[in-house]
Amino acid sequence: MKQTDIQFDNNGMLRHFLTIDGLKRKTLTEILDTAENFATVGTQQVKKVPLLRGKTIVNLFFESSTRTRTTFELAAKRLSADVLNINIDTSSTSKGESLLDMLRNLEAMHCDMFVVRHNLSGAAHFIANHVSPHISVINAGDGQHAHPTQAMLDMFTIRRHKQDFTKLRVAIVGDIMHSRVARSQIHALNTLGVPEVRAIAPNTLIPPGTDELGIHVYHDMEQGLKDVDVVMMLRLQRERMSGALLPSEHEYFNTYGITTEKLKLAKPDAILMHPGPINRGVEIESAVADGPQSVILEQVTNGIAVRMAIMSMVLGRQPSGDEQEGRNK
Amino acid sequence: MPQQQNVSTLLNAMATDLNSYIAKNNLTNPHMIGIHTGGVWVAEALHAALKLEQPLGSLNISFYRDDFTRVGMHPQVQPSSLPFTVDDQHIILVDDVLHTGRTIRAALNEIFDYGRPASVTLAVLIERSGKELPIAADIAGKKIDLKMGQHIKLTGPDPLKLEIQ
Repeated sequence: MKQTDIQFDNNGMLRHFLTIDGLKRKTLTEILDTAENFATVGTQQVKKVPLLRGKTIVNLFFESSTRTRTTFELAAKRLSADVLNINIDTSSTSKGESLLDMLRNLEAMHCDMFVVRHNLSGAAHFIANHVSPHISVINAGDGQHAHPTQAMLDMFTIRRHKQDFTKLRVAIVGDIMHSRVARSQIHALNTLGVPEVRAIAPNTLIPPGTDELGIHVYHDMEQGLKDVDVVMMLRLQRERMSGALLPSEHEYFNTYGITTEKLKLAKPDAILMHPGPINRGVEIESAVADGPQSVILEQVTNGIAVRMAIMSMVLGRQPSGDEQEGRNK
Repeated sequence: MPQQQNVSTLLNAMATDLNSYIAKNNLTNPHMIGIHTGGVWVAEALHAALKLEQPLGSLNISFYRDDFTRVGMHPQVQPSSLPFTVDDQHIILVDDVLHTGRTIRAALNEIFDYGRPASVTLAVLIERSGKELPIAADIAGKKIDLKMGQHIKLTGPDPLKLEIQ
């Protein structure tokens, strides 16, 4: 079975959201259009819609995260779902309970969705393969594999500023090798028809198989940033790096950090993005992070609407007969 | 052959009725909101005819529907847009067809999530039979008795046409 088939149910509806790889442009566009509607909920006096009333969503975070977990929680609450945050450090896995036993227990509490963050690549797929038929799984980042909701909120932010994907030149700068964000961004940009996706990084931080990925590799900021519409910075993932891939943070900033000067190489109306958390002075100059071209905080706001869209699409499916039986068990 | 109704005649009659309703009930500075998609078309016509000062608002009620768990997400229409605060304002809510009343129930819930209006008046182009909730129109362009299974639909925006099938 193809890896992405598991994302759809028997009726061809999105059941899990695990990776962008293999999804069609139509699906991505539908997510962006739906998110556009949810963006207005944040402006209501009562910032809530009753769509997922009575549904229970479990945030299963095996790896620390502030932005992703809180925006998932906020998204679920704005949809009127009940949210359970499970911090794995303090849960019973530390008492020796296996992951599958823990899942069975959560299923026994009649949960409807697991939002999974894990430091191992493939963790969300593994869980999606083992949950009961009525449960949906959303990948909130697995190892170095994928972070599809982050990529979708980035696409949403780009579309709000640039409208037409098929006319864009986008540069992703930094640690592409270790970045699940970059991998998902590249799949999303290519699927949405961006004609030129550039990766700017030292050779040691470029993954193998760049042609298959559909990226043009640059090792030099001066060349790579020239005339781009969107600059997507990545965080330098110190915690994922082993071995001497980089000389020093200082030298990295001099070569691949974004500064006001370097940003001038891009188009004058280029937007600057960063998935957070930002390391000021490591990959991004403070003046740029807080500057007029920065949309970093917009990305955070948009993350709520995009996650609301994905959650409601996945939980709003018409369950098939098999799944109904699973529910009644 | 589907029956045709003359929409502009109905809209003219509605505008006249609405004007006297507003005067009679002292609805000062009314704010109009249309429900996507057909309700917005009707609201645009009424808004122009009544020469209302406030901009026209629009509601997309899909997040407030009561059949979400049965039918799931719908193909998305335009997002809601209320370019004013609803607190303490007289709202004129406009839709094309009032049938079961469920759409209006959803719209009322959504409006109240934006604030607490002073009053809500319901104006519809067509009030048809088949009510399932205690919701009635204050202004109706036309009342029609239809059998179960019969449908009336407004198509538009230009020209606006009503078809019964």
